Amino acid sequence: MVFFVVPLGFLGYQSLESGNIDFGYAFNWAWGNYWHALRDYRAQFVRSIEYAGIATLLALIISYPVAYWIAFRGGRWKNLLLLFIVAPFFVTYLIRTLAWETILSDNGFVVNTLQSLHVLGPGGRLLATSTAVVTGITYNFLPFMALPLYVSLEQIDGRMIEAAEDLYASKFQAFLRVTLPLSLPGVVAGTLLTFIPAAGDFINAQLLGGPENHMIGNVIQSKFLELTDYPAAAAMSFLLMAGILVAVAAYARVVGTEQLTGTAV
Amino acid sequence: MSSVAAPARRERTVLATVLAFVRRKALAVYSLLFFAYLLLPIAIVIVFSFNHPTGKFNYTWQGFTWDNWRYWDGVPGIRSAIVLSLEIALVASLVATALGTMIALALVRYGFRGRGTTNILIFLPLSTPEIVLGASLLTLFLNLNVIFGFWTILIAHIMFCISFAVVTVKARLVGFDRHLEEAAMDLGANEWMTFQKVTLPLIAPAILAALLLCFAISIDDFVVTYFNSGSKVTFPLFVWGAARVGAPPQVNVIGTAIFVVALTAMLANVLIQTYRSKGAE
Repeated sequence: MVFFVVPLGFLGYQSLESGNIDFGYAFNWAWGNYWHALRDYRAQFVRSIEYAGIATLLALIISYPVAYWIAFRGGRWKNLLLLFIVAPFFVTYLIRTLAWETILSDNGFVVNTLQSLHVLGPGGRLLATSTAVVTGITYNFLPFMALPLYVSLEQIDGRMIEAAEDLYASKFQAFLRVTLPLSLPGVVAGTLLTFIPAAGDFINAQLLGGPENHMIGNVIQSKFLELTDYPAAAAMSFLLMAGILVAVAAYARVVGTEQLTGTAV
Repeated sequence: MSSVAAPARRERTVLATVLAFVRRKALAVYSLLFFAYLLLPIAIVIVFSFNHPTGKFNYTWQGFTWDNWRYWDGVPGIRSAIVLSLEIALVASLVATALGTMIALALVRYGFRGRGTTNILIFLPLSTPEIVLGASLLTLFLNLNVIFGFWTILIAHIMFCISFAVVTVKARLVGFDRHLEEAAMDLGANEWMTFQKVTLPLIAPAILAALLLCFAISIDDFVVTYFNSGSKVTFPLFVWGAARVGAPPQVNVIGTAIFVVALTAMLANVLIQTYRSKGAE
């Protein structure tokens, strides 16, 4: 507890200070830090939420069928398949992202294929685009989505689906009315586990994107460690947390609070 | 067992059967594609650890060589970075698991004031972006005038590992049969003996899992470390620095080595579990 709340308190304190590293900081309720952060970096805030949102949605769409497949057809290979899902975690995060840099690089296979299909122009590239950043984020946080989905799908009693089919539901209807609602806790948990770290990420934007793809994490990072503008950076960290809380709260209203807390504790 | 075995169904036409078959296969095919996508970057990492780059960029395939593996520490700074990462991961995972186990025991066993709050506090670090964790620790250390280095990294790692350790051990404790402990006490064991002979062996798998999880998270952590390292360089920080000027293939070598070790450990675990559950049937 000490480990988390105390540092956060200091962060809040620092965010209301003014001054600079050479002359020291003074605490004077400088709410202006927040105001300036919002005014100057609105684009990066919006971009963070946008990239993280798209990546989360993509991760959900991509991994749901696989989680379904493993849960219902995995048989005794389930554990091994799950191991494959978490396999990317065994490679250092940065190295994984660098691998994507290789894959998406200008003379790489992907760019060449897209160019020959005329999806990309002859000078077109993927690196330093928002596509590359979203691709990286989606990939890096995919297991956070797939695992909770699998857990909730795994718990579904197969007899419920059979019962639905006995009652003349088509396969599709049975999925829509039985399987999908029952897997909702997993969807909620997966979405949160993917969205929250994704919104604060700066590594993908740094390695795969250009300056115009920078997210709020990049700004916080450079303010803290390069510009040593601590109060501004602290204010932005708080705004990031607030932004995420608002997003999560809005999401909770849509899916229902019960499910949110049910998965949270 | 889930799909076809239902009596009194309308007769399936041949077409429907074929469609169902295709649909089922489609899901399998899709899943295979998914795994290919998931494993592609890993394959790239491994393949490029054998690359023989001519320039300083390890992006395009130039030719096969064993040299990167033979001279894995041929890049200045890489060896000390790995040693530091291993030291931090070892100490942090041990301390965090010990503390985490105690917190988990307290949370599950005793109804003390502020238990609900503690539960939420344990969950918070898991649901906060890493950058905010790193930043808040940075401001704490700054305000306390702590010198950044080994100890700040260690404290930071223990901090974010504890939550994972608590959650892992707690999951095991919740399904724990307390009658076993009561039986031991009835048979004359004191509290410490009971803990040693009954409780500890039963939660040992969870403790081991927590230890491994903490080690893995610690050795992989970049963001929090980046904020609190001062001039010290762990392996992920080394990769970050190297990436700016073009990462050498040795980075891939170490990445591959970590991957193989972790995969072997997990694979052994999965196989043992599968074997055990087969024996139980």
